[in-house]
Amino acid sequence: MTTPSLDAPAQGGLRWAVKDALVLTGRNLQHTTRQPELLFFSTVQPVIFVLLFRYVFGGAIETPGLSYVNFLMAGIFVQTTAFASTSSAVGLADDLSKGIIDRFRSLPMARSAVLAGRTLGDLARIVLVVLVMTAVGLAVGLRPASLGGMLGAIALTSLFGFAFSWIQAYIGLSVPNVEAANLAGFVWLFPLTFASSAFVPLDSMPGWLQTFANATPVTPTVDAVRAMLNEGLPLQAPLLRSLAWIVAITVVFSILSVRKYRSVT
Amino acid sequence: MAAAVEVEDLVKTYGTTRALDGVTLQVPQGGVLGLLGPNGAGKTTTVRVLTTLLRPDSGRASVLGIDVLKDPDKLRRIIGVAGQYAAVDELLTGRENLVLVGKLYHLPKAEITRRADELLERFELTAAASRVVKGYSGGMRRRLDLAASLVNRPQVLFLDEPTTGLDPRSRLRLWEVIEDLVRDGTTLLLTTQYLEEADRLADRIAVIDTGKVIAEGTSDELKDRVGGSVVVVRPANSADGDRAFAALSTVGEPVRGASGDLTLPATTGVTLVTEAARVLEEAGIAISELALRRPTLDDVFLTLTGHAAEQAEEQSA
Repeated sequence: MTTPSLDAPAQGGLRWAVKDALVLTGRNLQHTTRQPELLFFSTVQPVIFVLLFRYVFGGAIETPGLSYVNFLMAGIFVQTTAFASTSSAVGLADDLSKGIIDRFRSLPMARSAVLAGRTLGDLARIVLVVLVMTAVGLAVGLRPASLGGMLGAIALTSLFGFAFSWIQAYIGLSVPNVEAANLAGFVWLFPLTFASSAFVPLDSMPGWLQTFANATPVTPTVDAVRAMLNEGLPLQAPLLRSLAWIVAITVVFSILSVRKYRSVT
Repeated sequence: MAAAVEVEDLVKTYGTTRALDGVTLQVPQGGVLGLLGPNGAGKTTTVRVLTTLLRPDSGRASVLGIDVLKDPDKLRRIIGVAGQYAAVDELLTGRENLVLVGKLYHLPKAEITRRADELLERFELTAAASRVVKGYSGGMRRRLDLAASLVNRPQVLFLDEPTTGLDPRSRLRLWEVIEDLVRDGTTLLLTTQYLEEADRLADRIAVIDTGKVIAEGTSDELKDRVGGSVVVVRPANSADGDRAFAALSTVGEPVRGASGDLTLPATTGVTLVTEAARVLEEAGIAISELALRRPTLDDVFLTLTGHAAEQAEEQSA
């Protein structure tokens, strides 16, 4: 090797990077099955949100042309996946605090594997939570326009959650402990998801807040999901913007996170 | 004998703290070097550099001729490292932990199974192999952690405070396991703050303090540096410590031990005992113990650093 580097991939390059990532995805999924209570509670919370919004605010919020459930579920989907992504921050902070990241870093494995294993494992969990949400949504009156639209909505929200997992991975490697990871993973998600088109129509907000809401990845994603679940809403523009955000976040934060992983102590 | 581990003038700075201030050391092939020092002395930082976990600001480090900065992945394949905390996955079983590590070394499947069985057996974890690590005792976790560091049959092993926090029985068990490894020819660099541990396991000891190796040699060589023997004084009343120190300063160079004892390197042998007794009596200080004995590594540390290992530990904690 000509260039000094702490981080050259193991011989075998990309093939081993994929293999290592899958080994660690397996580990992450094993964790999930051994802590069923965590999976249970991470599903209960969005179910409570669905019921609260559907029955507490549902009567008070005007959503012209749509039933509130059909309006709301797009927002719930996106917020749920954003919240679920925090497990990436917590999981990595936990591994870090227990010295497990040190063990992995001392092995001749791909530097991206621990992070990819984490986010891919969490993606599986996100998909599961979204499926539960779908069932709950259907039970409280969600009527998607088409099956294709429903599946598209599930796919887009899951990808959105996956992108956010990479932000969370970076947070998990940057904070000093698990408690901080939990807080730092969550706090910014509240303003980001509520100040969006997730729960109320944007035009009911003051102008400056609409400007903010339109500048985040949440609003175009919610709009695209909503357009897939319902007929007659513009899909292409928000979908393209949402996908651009998803790609940009994933690329930027995977690079930042892997760089952080290499030097983390 | 060729050096298996070579470290030259390593420097690592965090802000204004020099964690490593020019560490230089060697471990011969098949040898055991004990890196002895209090918390914050730079032991862990040295191990982290040697195991590719940390990039030094300057200096050179190589293991079996492989430069840690130039070819880290090649190095990672032939070393094993067990850290200060048992880095095992609590939600996996003992066997799953070893299999996971084997997979990440890219070992063939059959070899992983064989190796996991062998290590579980060797570390007396076979009965607990299918249990989740969460229920393991501290000693079992350490043994599993050590087993994980051996999955790839490393030629050089780094153990960072392998028995810190263990009860005496578990510590003894782990010592026996480590002695077995060394008998099999593994080169070992071991850090410890237990003088007893370095004395028992290491054939050479490097004493490290504030980022520098301040003395190096066999246990006996280091003891000789204190002189053939030391005089130990224990005041009957611990409040008399300062007065006793002042009185003893007139006949030698006393150092304070952790337990309130004062020790004097006995350069003049038995004469010093009578002199110490005289000055203490003149000062009217009652003593509960006055003895001449062979120096321990504790005395070495005191003499070399001017403070006790345990005191330094409290300061940095």
